Amino acid sequence: MSEKIRITTPLTEEQSRKLKAGDSVLISGTIFSARDAAHKVMTEALARGEKLPVDWQNQIVYYLGPTPAKPGDPIGSAGPTTSGRMDAYTPTMLEQGIKGMIGKGSRSKAVVDAMKKNGTTYFAAVGGAAALIAKSVKKYEVLAYPELGPEAVAALTVVDFPAIVVIDSEGNDYYEVGQKPYRRL
Amino acid sequence: MRTIEVQEVTKALAKMCLEAAYYLPEDIYAALVKGKETEESPLGKDVLTQIIKNADIAKSEDRPICQDTGLAIVFVEVGQDVHFVGGDLEEAINAGVAKGYVEGYLRKSVVGEPLFNRKNTTNNTPAVIYTSIVPGDKVKIKLAPKGFGSENKGGIKMLVPADGVEGVKKAVLDIILHAGANPCPPMVIGVGIGGTMDKAAQLSKKALLRKITKRNDHPEYAKLETELLELINKTGIGPQLGGTTSALGVNVEWYPTHIAGLPVAVTISCHATRHAEAEL
Repeated sequence: MSEKIRITTPLTEEQSRKLKAGDSVLISGTIFSARDAAHKVMTEALARGEKLPVDWQNQIVYYLGPTPAKPGDPIGSAGPTTSGRMDAYTPTMLEQGIKGMIGKGSRSKAVVDAMKKNGTTYFAAVGGAAALIAKSVKKYEVLAYPELGPEAVAALTVVDFPAIVVIDSEGNDYYEVGQKPYRRL
Repeated sequence: MRTIEVQEVTKALAKMCLEAAYYLPEDIYAALVKGKETEESPLGKDVLTQIIKNADIAKSEDRPICQDTGLAIVFVEVGQDVHFVGGDLEEAINAGVAKGYVEGYLRKSVVGEPLFNRKNTTNNTPAVIYTSIVPGDKVKIKLAPKGFGSENKGGIKMLVPADGVEGVKKAVLDIILHAGANPCPPMVIGVGIGGTMDKAAQLSKKALLRKITKRNDHPEYAKLETELLELINKTGIGPQLGGTTSALGVNVEWYPTHIAGLPVAVTISCHATRHAEAEL
């Protein structure tokens, strides 16, 4: 594997546009969790003209719903959820300034178009490697919608969170690139 | 007639929820290790290394393998000579699931109503329960917590008899290709063939309870399992970012069907194919 690129949040558009599909990265700083229910609530709030509980400008969203932390731990198991379920809300959310998304799986054309426009990078973490990934999370603090339980919006302090750029801001898709040489049907 | 307190069911299930969430079954673990050896993609090898390391951490530290600790699917085989006392069996099953998920720090992933309100029930109940009556005076409980990253990618196809074996293979492959890297491969595939639409779907779930090292007793279905696995491993999906280890195993279950029909259902499970068993 190639040399890992270190990223410290916030992630600017300029930094994001330099990342290329297939790059391995280690992310440190603060990232913010939000998944299905939080995306629904946030986009509905935007439609009503309300302000969101997080300023998403130059931030990274992590599609995550962790298990509860055992006593003494910052977080429970914390792997990525399927990003495609957020696609319906993502173009709206990217308009809020999000520059990085962490999840797993493919994205829609509308999302890729919005990524190109906003200079956003889509990272994948290893799906199901939740106990391992949790080791890079040092703090988990719920910021909004605590009533959503595991789907609450939270700030995560991470050190060397491992991820791979799967779709870059030019729309190159590493799922396609990575699978093609091994497709022998 | 044997009398069993339903509290015994609760107790057994609570323990099984933790076992299933923390400890990856040995057959799946062995297949991951073998997959790492044979995987052709360097990045695929790296992903498999991380998945194996994750299973090791989960086991040694009693942590959930995956944050999606699943919707609890419970198969109960009740001996016809068993008499349950002390309460309602379904309530006892759900009490066990609630106890396991709450006390074991597992994620509560169930909403009480699917469409309009979607409010989390906060204890991961209700479970999906399949009860069958069998001869004898024992109770067998099998728990298969199901993550929905993979569950969402399952499918069903109502084929006709003329579609035959090739039609079945194509139907399974289409569902797998559509799923792509979304269900956290390497996958474990359960296929149900025959019965009705609902029966085939249920068989595809039941298929996942069998060890992936054990082939179907029927030689032609056993051959189909092997051929489907080879086919799926040629899709290039690999361990998420491309490669030759797309699936670890394919289990097929079948049932008699109507002269006009050939239902085929596919349940996709992720590399964290978890289950636990108990006998009372």
